[in-house]
Order: sequence, then structure tokens, then C-alpha cells
Amino acid sequence: MAIAIKAEGLSKSFTGTSAVIDLNLEVQPGELLALLGPSGSGKTTFLRLVAGLETPGSGRILFGNEDATSLSVQDRRVGFVFQHYALFRHLTVAENIAYGLRVRPRRERPPAADIRQRVENLLDLVQLPGLGRRYPRQLSGGQRQRVALARALAVEPRVLLLDEPFGALDAKVRRDLRRWLREIHDRTGHTTLFVTHDQEEALELADRVAVFNRGSIEQVGTPDEILDRPATQFVAGFVGEAVRLPVDAKGGWIRLGPHALVTPNDDVSGPAQLFVRPRDLAVADEPSDGIRARVVAVRRTGPARRAELALADGLPTVEIELPVRCSVSKGDLLPVTLSTVRLFTSR
Amino acid sequence: MTVAISQRWLPSLRKPSALPGFGITLGFSVAYLSLIVLIPLAVLIARAGELGLDGIWRVATTPRVLAALQVSFFTSAAAALINAVFGVIVAWVLVRYDFPGKRLLDAAVDLPFALPTAVAGIALAALYATNGWIGSVFAPWGIKIAFTPLGILVALIFVGLPFVVRTVQPVLQDYDREVEEASATLGATRRQTIFRVVLPALMPAILTGVALSFGRAVGEYGSVIFIAGNMPFVSEIAPLLIVTRLEEFDYAGAAAIATVMLTISFVTLLAINGVQAFSRKRFGHA
Amino acid sequence: MRDGALADGRAARWILIALAVSFLILFLVLPLLAVFTEALRRGVMAFFTAFDDPDTWAAIELTLLVAAIAVPLNMVFGLSAAWAIAKFEFPGKSLLITLIDLPFSISPVVSGLVYVLLFGAKGLLGPLLDDWDFKVIFAVPGVVLATIFVTFPFIARELIPLMQEQGTSDEEAALTLGASGFQTFVTVTLPNVSWALLYGVLLCNARAMGEFGAVSVVSGHIRGLTNTMPLHVEILYNEYNLVGAFAVASLLAGLALVTLGAKSLLEWRHGDALARVHRH
Repeated sequence: MAIAIKAEGLSKSFTGTSAVIDLNLEVQPGELLALLGPSGSGKTTFLRLVAGLETPGSGRILFGNEDATSLSVQDRRVGFVFQHYALFRHLTVAENIAYGLRVRPRRERPPAADIRQRVENLLDLVQLPGLGRRYPRQLSGGQRQRVALARALAVEPRVLLLDEPFGALDAKVRRDLRRWLREIHDRTGHTTLFVTHDQEEALELADRVAVFNRGSIEQVGTPDEILDRPATQFVAGFVGEAVRLPVDAKGGWIRLGPHALVTPNDDVSGPAQLFVRPRDLAVADEPSDGIRARVVAVRRTGPARRAELALADGLPTVEIELPVRCSVSKGDLLPVTLSTVRLFTSR
Repeated sequence: MTVAISQRWLPSLRKPSALPGFGITLGFSVAYLSLIVLIPLAVLIARAGELGLDGIWRVATTPRVLAALQVSFFTSAAAALINAVFGVIVAWVLVRYDFPGKRLLDAAVDLPFALPTAVAGIALAALYATNGWIGSVFAPWGIKIAFTPLGILVALIFVGLPFVVRTVQPVLQDYDREVEEASATLGATRRQTIFRVVLPALMPAILTGVALSFGRAVGEYGSVIFIAGNMPFVSEIAPLLIVTRLEEFDYAGAAAIATVMLTISFVTLLAINGVQAFSRKRFGHA
Repeated sequence: MRDGALADGRAARWILIALAVSFLILFLVLPLLAVFTEALRRGVMAFFTAFDDPDTWAAIELTLLVAAIAVPLNMVFGLSAAWAIAKFEFPGKSLLITLIDLPFSISPVVSGLVYVLLFGAKGLLGPLLDDWDFKVIFAVPGVVLATIFVTFPFIARELIPLMQEQGTSDEEAALTLGASGFQTFVTVTLPNVSWALLYGVLLCNARAMGEFGAVSVVSGHIRGLTNTMPLHVEILYNEYNLVGAFAVASLLAGLALVTLGAKSLLEWRHGDALARVHRH
């Protein structure tokens, strides 16, 4: 029932700028795949190409075994959810949801009673029972987005495409809807692509994440793979609050300012970039171990403290997470160890 | 004198503000408005009132007056409807498409606002007379346009043309096309999208434009009298009848017809406001 | 411009464009063309002889005089009303705004009628004016009054929404810096609305010079005395002096074209300095 999506050599440019360049991607049937990247990286363009809202300059798109590249958007049977809901303001919630069924040609159209039943079921599914007679204007943002999803699901799409679906909502609503979307996906099992620039969202929700940068995909993998085994420098720097430190690699060592560390990656030598995340740093057990870092600033986050450290003069500062009871102040010298780092050659 | 009075009692009516000049500006505005508009209108109502409501009714239902009101009403309604259809098409074409001369035509839409009605009147009369450029096209088939109600219709289409275009244009301009994309993803053909999604969204603007066009057409004088023929019971419009009564020094009669026309204008205005209030409530936008 | 899903079919597009363009040419371009064609029907010389008539010149002068009186007065009113409405809160504000819109919904004939009822020979003040030997109806004052009636909303309607949008902060800032009310108005408010004011004056002037219905009722059509250009056009037309009528009409049409051109220029160049909503 759920189908795979395959993009082969997809390219699209808009007057002058290339939005998507020679893109290849395979989406597994029933998978929830996040398209993550900074703005302008091509992820929305790619989504719209899959939907048929844009036509590619070259390449093709396959739904299952079928070449969908030349199919019109109407014939592709995709469910699309827009960032700003795009609900029909002059129709009630129920009429919105029923829309895709009502516009079908007569022979394909289900009888009115069936449509009504379908709408009721969907309203229950998205947890908005009884709101069918309301108009979009009378609903909150989160409710409107749920109606949009119900509307997309009503036509039993082959794939579900969501374009920054929670981008226009505030933080708490966003978190609630994230959880809810995962539940819906587990229940209905559609192959789903969703675009986001929020990495927390991508890592939390998706089965796999595709990281976009400047029109190409840097890496596709599970959240673990993306976080712990970044394939490229961009992914290492983009995901997980990493700080980039310039180092020099030689033999089995890397020189970080005056310090020397064992290299994690023998293949790299010469000037390189070291990516360090807050979780990679820990307070050393023995004061004589590790690197003596100078505390530059301290701040409080809800459950913990964050200290900004200078590992050596002239290097960008890094952050370490400390338990609340650990009190350090500006100017202290804190011995820290680096557990995992990621090393890439400088370009 | 008005200024002194206003400075005495007005400041207590308004919210305090540091800016000066409230008294004098409001006073002058109200005085100007009263002198130019309100008092003369009051005199009109009073004059008509002399006849009493039944008196006005009697005047309004004399056959000739009734005929004139009907001519004005029906030609205005027909013109407003034609302008509705073509106004939407023109607005659509100006907003969505590009073609040579578009800018010029866009500016030209305002011509009926800028051109004096008498000039339009004689031009249309010349065009649609049996020997005119357009009249001569229809003459061989026995269709006369000038000096018939058809001529009145033509003039009123001219006069009301900009209204629907200019009310629909900005709405179409600001229209969020994502909604059209959503409709397409749900399987609707382009035509279904236009008729089920876009046009309904434009409806409040279209209705407003129609009402404005109608309101203007009903009272129109200069553009119409040259092409109308002005034959009582056939092609005589209500405003012309008012002038005729005046020339006969039947002030009360003229005032009575004018009152009826004012009522029509008032009802039209209410309708416009009603449409806008309704759409603001339902859809959250005007 | 998004392609694909939102493109209207090519055939549909060209049909719609053809319909729209034909409609506009039929109802706008042709009448305009007709004015100039009829004016030149007997040749350029005949066109100019139309202006040998002293009555024609009297009509032109009266039109200019009426505009010269009505437009500045309406400008003062417009600025006044916009100041009161935009910078202050007071009960009855929306009523005031509705009343200002009134002339737009009244037939021009009725606009003239109200003055006849007030100042005419059998009007309310008729006997009084008779005693003072002062004529309003069938004289120039009546023409001026009727013109003011139909044109006074134009400038106010351009200024009010704009000044409402602009709010009071600029003026308040000037006051805190020590400017007097009048100084503030001249040095802060006026520059902020100068383009809208020009726009309103343009429309007001076009209507003032072109008004027919209202003026027709009050003027008495006295040649050489109470005829404006539009009324003179009517007289010439009714005398079957078609070339003369269209010659004068072509002047007015020329004025309309200049107005349209200036209006478009203002909208194009200074569109952001004008009120966002223009209602007609």
C-alpha cells in the first residue's frame, strides 16, 4: 500500500540560480523522511518537484515503479500540507476536508453519505470532532494545520508531503503537534516527506534525515548516523550545535593550539577542522588530566549550566554542559577532556 | 462663532491629546459639511415632506414617474451585471497575464472617472447613432442602439466599468496562490479551482463593485441624456424627469422623485456595508 | 511566476485577453477616439473656428474660475477634516466619515436640486435673496456651490486613510521638540501627505471642470454668463453645431487624458506615499 519514492538526477533552476542540482534520493515505503537544511538549500523546491508543483529541468521522479515525472499535479495523488495551511476560507472545515472527494469526476466520486462519513472519521483522527461546521477563521493555528492534514489524507494519497508544517506555530503547539504527527504516521503508514529547518524536529520525528545544502544532499541517514557519523563537514557543523576549531593533523596526532590530541581519523593530515559539541566535553576526573580551559562566561539554562570555555588563546570558544550544583565563575581554569570529535580536512 | 463654541464644549468630548487644533479643524469641517451638504439635503427632505409620505408615494407611482424609475433601475442593474462579468475578466487579465499595452489599458480603465459625463455622452451618441462607427454595424439588421433603452445601457456600462475592475484588482493582486496549489494537489482541474476556490473568494469584492456600479448608474445624467432619446415611458431616466419637473417649477414633484432616488442610494450603501461586514465576519477579510 | 500547476491553458489565456481587450477598446478607446475624430471632421480650420465664439471663451473662463474657487476651498476642508479625524478620537467620527462620502452616492441632478430648493426663486431663501437682489441660482454662485458639493469628498478621501495610517507619532515628536501646532502642521504633516494631496487635487480638479448634471440644474444655461464648458458642449450639440461641440469636448477630453497620465505617474512613482485604499 505504501510506495517508495525515487528521485534520479533531478535538477531545477529558477532564473539564474540553481535550486536543486542533480539530486538522487530513495525513500523507503512507509518511511517518515525529514528534509533538513538551511533556507535556500533546495529542500522545499525538491518537495514541490515531487508534488508536481514545479517541473524539473532534468531528471525523473518515480512513485513505486511508475515514472511520475510527466504526470500533472492532479494525477499524482499526493497529499500536500502547506506551511500556512492554505485552507479554503469560504468553506467550512468539513467542506474543506471533503473538497478533494467532491472535485472528482462523477464516476470516481463516492456517494455523499460516504463522503460525510469519511470526513467524520478524519475529524476524529485529527482530534477535532464536532468542528466540521466551523470556518477556518474560527480555529487556532494548530487546529487549522490539523484540518489541512485531514484534507490531504481524505483523498487517500500515495505519499504525504509536508512543507514546514509547524513553522507558523508557536513553540508549545509545535512540540505537541510533532508528537501527534508521529502517532498519525504510525497509524496510517503513508510514505511521508517533510521539510524543516529545525533540526530538533527532524531528529525527533524522522526515521531518516536527508541533510540539504545548496541544492544537493550531503547525507541521508538515521538520526544516530547524522549526529554521530557525519559524512561531510557541512553536516558536522550544521547538526548538533557544533563549534568548528582549526587544527593541524600530523601522524596520529592533532595539534589544538598548544595541546595534542589523538586523531580520530588517520586519513586526515595537514590543516583540518575539528568539530566539537557540548556533549563531547566533560570535566576531567584528575585536575592534571585533560586540557586546562579558561572559563570565559557562565549562564544558566533551565536544567543545567553552560560554561563558555577557551581551550587555547586565539581559538573560538566552545561550550560545556555542567550540572547545576557545579559552580564555576568567569576566569576559573577548568580541566576538561574531549571524548568524541569529528575531523575533516580544511578546504 | 462656530469655532468659539466648539472650543468650549468639544474638548470635553474627546480623549485628551497633546496635539492642538482639534476645535478649529473639527469646527470648520462640520460647518463646511453642514452648509454645503447637510442643510441643503435637509431642505430637500423637508420640501418632499410637505407632501407627506402618501404624497410622495402618489408622485412616485404616477405612470410616468414609475416608468422612469423602472428604466433607470433595470438599465442600471443590467449594466452592473455586464460590468460584473467583464470587470472580473478585465481584472483577471490585468493581474495574471502579461501582454503588450497592458500598462496603458490598466490606466485607461479609470477614463470614466476622469472624462466629463457630457463629453462621454456626445461621444457615445455619435458612436452608436445609425451612421456612427458602431451603430452602422447594427443598422442593417434593424437594431437601433442610440435613442433607445439599449443606448442607455451602453452609456451606463461605460460609466460603471471601473468599479468592479478596481474593487477586484487589489484582492486578486494580494491573493495567496498557495490555495490554488492546494486545490490542485487535491485533484481539482484548473477550471474547478477557479470556479470553486478563486471566484468565491472574490465574491465580496465583486458584489461591492456591482453595488457601486449600480449606485452610480442609477443617478447618472450627463452620459445618458444624449444617447437616450428621452422619450417618456420608453427611454426617459429618473434624473431627467427631475430636471423636467424643475423646469415646470413643480418643486415638490421634483423633490419627491429625488427622495425616492435618495432612498435607493441609501439602500445600496447599506447593501455595500452589509456585504463588507458579512465577509469580514465570515472570512476575516473584506 | 509559478509554472506548471497554476498555469491557465494557453487557449483560455488568449481568449480571456481578447475578451478583455475588446471590451476595453469598445467602451473606452472608441468613445475617446470619436471625440477627436468628430472634432476634426471638417478639418483643422473648422476646429479652430469653434473657438472664435466669445461664448465659448466665456465658458472656458467660467470653468477655470469655478475650479479655482472650488479646489482650494475643498483642499482646506480636506486637510481640516483629515486632521480632525486622523489625529483625534471623538464620538461620531465614523458618522462624519460616512457623511463626507455622501456626494458620491447622490445623483448629480439631486446635488443641483438641493440648491434650487434652497436658493431658487421658489426656494426657501428665494424671497430673501430677491430682497437683496442677489442671485445664486441661474448665476455664478450657484454654479460654484453645486461644483463644491460634488467635489468636496475627493481630497478628504485621499487624505483621511493616509493620515490615519501615519498616526500621530511624527507630530508628537515635533511638539516635544518645541514646534507650535501650526509649525508642526506645515513642516511635518504636510510633507508627509504632499503626494496624496496632489493626487486628490488632481481628481478634484478633473471633476470640478467636468461636472455636468449638478451644474446643469442650477445654471440656467445662460449663454456667456452661467455656462461652463460641459454645459456649452450641450448647447452646441443641441444646436447641431457638432464640430463646435466636439471641439470644446476635445479640450475636456485632453484634460481627462492629462489627469489620467498624471494620476498614473503619481501611482507609479509615489504609490507608497498614497493611501493604500482608493475607493471611488
